Amino acid sequence: MSNIDVKRTAKLFIGGAFPRSESGRTYEIFDNNQNFLANVALASRKDARDAVVAARSAFTKWSEATAYNRAQVLYRVSELMQGRREQFVEELNLCSKSNKHAENEVDEAINLMVWFAGWADKIAMVTGSSNPVAGPFFDFSIPEPTGVVAAIAPDKSPLLGLVETIASIVVGGNAVIVIASETQPLPAISLAEVLATSDVPGGVVNILTGSYKEIAPWLASHQDVNAIDLSGVESKAIALELEKEAAINLKRVLRPNTKMDGLTRIKTFLETKTVWHPRGF
Amino acid sequence: MLKDDPLVLPSFLRDTTNSDSALKKFLNGLSGVDKVGVEERVAKLGTRSIKTTAKAEGIDLAIRMIDLTTLEGMDTKGKVKSLCAKARRPDPLDSTVPSVAAVCVYSDLVAVAKENLQGTNINVAAVATGFPAGRVSLAAKLQDTADAVSQGADEIDMVIDRGAFHEGRFLDIYDQIQSVKRACQAAHLKVILETGELKTYDNVKKASWIAMLAGADFIKTSTGKVQPAATLPVTLVMLQAIRDFEIATHRRIGVKPAGGIKTTKDAMKYLVLIKETLGENWMNPNMFRFGASSLLNDLLMQRRKMKNGAYSGPDYVTVD
Repeated sequence: MSNIDVKRTAKLFIGGAFPRSESGRTYEIFDNNQNFLANVALASRKDARDAVVAARSAFTKWSEATAYNRAQVLYRVSELMQGRREQFVEELNLCSKSNKHAENEVDEAINLMVWFAGWADKIAMVTGSSNPVAGPFFDFSIPEPTGVVAAIAPDKSPLLGLVETIASIVVGGNAVIVIASETQPLPAISLAEVLATSDVPGGVVNILTGSYKEIAPWLASHQDVNAIDLSGVESKAIALELEKEAAINLKRVLRPNTKMDGLTRIKTFLETKTVWHPRGF
Repeated sequence: MLKDDPLVLPSFLRDTTNSDSALKKFLNGLSGVDKVGVEERVAKLGTRSIKTTAKAEGIDLAIRMIDLTTLEGMDTKGKVKSLCAKARRPDPLDSTVPSVAAVCVYSDLVAVAKENLQGTNINVAAVATGFPAGRVSLAAKLQDTADAVSQGADEIDMVIDRGAFHEGRFLDIYDQIQSVKRACQAAHLKVILETGELKTYDNVKKASWIAMLAGADFIKTSTGKVQPAATLPVTLVMLQAIRDFEIATHRRIGVKPAGGIKTTKDAMKYLVLIKETLGENWMNPNMFRFGASSLLNDLLMQRRKMKNGAYSGPDYVTVD
């Protein structure tokens, strides 16, 4: 029997499902030698809106999950990434990277996922505190997730940058809508398949493919988005516009080209809650 | 006005309700519903694109058609009071948003709703007759209705006896609706078919006819307590029955889908469905209502989106 060459349809990842773009649009992507690779869904503003709804409804449960559980879930993602290592390498290879470079990026991405997973149950200990106060109170501060975070992943690092973006945001209990690399979305689509078969609840991670220039303004101005990560925005003018839109409902903004370590990245999307608990009664 | 005394039918229909067998014969003689055709028609109409000014008009019309509803065991006077405030002015930040059509509550809370809606055109609707199951005696059903009416309910939402329907006791249902209609006095009667428990489109069509023959002012899909609640195909079947009834009797019956309608997109699909099936005469709150609570928030968010150009969020509308 001869093999049938079954091509994969590259779709969006919203609420744990793989819908086509509501707009019905696609765009073509090419490899390094300008050979056609695939038709990829071109997300519209309505897809972004649907993703926000999905993220919001997933947020409550995910943010209330125990830190221990979140760590396990993210660790499981790295396990599944390991199982698909060859596929990731192949996809990165298609786009200009040398084989060695592709392998390194995949391994690093898997390591990074494990590294962030480990932070889930440590972040409160490291960033939280008990505070000495002048009164009969036990006063303590703990980090809490910000809510729904929109993110533009770096275009030039289609897997490693994406994993860093997603893991650093969701490890603290946030839900994320991430716009994947426009020119190299294939690793993002594979990562979506990994996430869908892992234990990450549907809606916690939503991946859109297409042009961030088109979608990001809708997410930046969306009143139900609580923070925006502009790491993947290359144009200063666009970043400024997005930041202005984000100011309408006082979103937390991570500006492009911000140099920071992983822990600071996690903290960017956390807020501190301080509790004054009476004592001595 | 097209409506005569609602209890007097044209002569050729009067005989159908003389006896159980005559009614059964009439109902069984109704043409069967083409399931595939209905679902295809609904799917087709659902794809219609409604944008910009038409959408803005549709949203305001949908708001005006809402029966803002709270039907929980845990309803309090405070909850009804805040619901009434929302009914009067759905968006506190925007006075151009119209009021809703009615507030729908359990019969013991009618007085609270009435008091908080004084000086407005907003009606108070009460669910009565042992809502939602309807498994109480006829005497209790009539008492429940009379209580609600005496407290000032403008509209009564009654449930039919689905058990009797499945036993084929159509005339009993007919008689019960008529009795409740008399107990309603001047109040409008909406008859809830609970289509989720009727199982087939043919049954929905038959139940619609029983309710309309018995003098219902409105027929309503569901209580909202049974799944599936309102669906587009079931509503289309009811709309078609209403159209046939109008042709036969020159009386216009209103319709109210209730339960599970949550988004602006859903609401627009219903508006398209009425417009295409019954026409302009039904495109107003006197003839069409949405039984809903969370739908209003989505309509408000969409309205703001159209006004400000940015998507709104649930943090900016009231928590019901």
